[in-house]
Amino acid sequence: MSGVNSTRRTLIATAGAIAATGVSGLIAPLAAQTIAATPTMRGGSNNYRPGAPIVERIGGGGFWMTGSVRRAGDGAPLTGQRIQVWAHTTEGHERDPHSHGATLTDENGLFRLEMPQIVPAFGQAHGHLAYDDPEFETVFLRPLLPDPGDTTLNVEFVLQPA
Amino acid sequence: MLGPVLAISASPLLAYRQPVYILASFAGGIAMALLVIQPLLPNNDMPGLTRRFGRMIHRGTGAVLVAMLAVHIGGLWITSPPDVVDALLLRSPTPFSIWGVLAMWGVIVTAALAAWRRKLKPKTWQRGHVGLAALIAVGTVFHVILIDGTMGNVGKAVLSGAVVLATGLAVWRVWRPRRA
Repeated sequence: MSGVNSTRRTLIATAGAIAATGVSGLIAPLAAQTIAATPTMRGGSNNYRPGAPIVERIGGGGFWMTGSVRRAGDGAPLTGQRIQVWAHTTEGHERDPHSHGATLTDENGLFRLEMPQIVPAFGQAHGHLAYDDPEFETVFLRPLLPDPGDTTLNVEFVLQPA
Repeated sequence: MLGPVLAISASPLLAYRQPVYILASFAGGIAMALLVIQPLLPNNDMPGLTRRFGRMIHRGTGAVLVAMLAVHIGGLWITSPPDVVDALLLRSPTPFSIWGVLAMWGVIVTAALAAWRRKLKPKTWQRGHVGLAALIAVGTVFHVILIDGTMGNVGKAVLSGAVVLATGLAVWRVWRPRRA
């Protein structure tokens, strides 16, 4: 019986370690001397619709997706980069076209896009973001809301020149 | 049986889901509720049932469980195909889906084994069947506990406790150490 328990514990610990690695992967590049590119996350491109239009906001709003876009290596902020966002929200499913929108980074490499409140779907409240233009390598992210009730989520992109 | 259905019905998340996704949620909840009565049926643990009748219902419930699993996964597939494909190929970023897939294979192997049980020695059959039941219970409980789903934390804890107790009883009967 103790054999069964230790196996179970090991599996939970492994699952926890994988989850922790996923989160720290977002932070780790900051600590590096030359800034490493953000890797694409597993499941990041699920329900992606290429070419989401640049919008003032997605739907009625109420939730803020914010973030920064920098260049790998020197960490210089990147202006005018298009970030595409989609999620399962109070107003629609990830696959619905009206759940998708895009915005551009400002002169400081920052972006802010208002969208409907993200709600838990497929087990966890999460958003999807994509950088998919020719200048840099494509990155798909699938960050989790730390708390399903959060009304904002900050996401950092570090892009590798293509 | 009614508990999980009521708990899911009360979920505010349903308002943001399509009918097919809601159907998949209910099928999952009903399947888990069946896991509570399923181990009690063949062992004379249900009041008012003879062992023979209990086993008959046990077989029927098993078939319903397979059907609920199919509706659960089919409904999720229609809702978001890439997420289900990731889960089935074990490349999903979400640990709970691995537990769910484990339980799914447990149910599939159990159904296959049940179809061929006459070719197995009774003891092999019994140990395999109950071992698989334990796998299904463990996989389902972790799957459910790790999810922010429609059942709510209290509902999940109560149902998980009931599944563990009912399955644990059946496992103890078959696998307990016996004097030679």
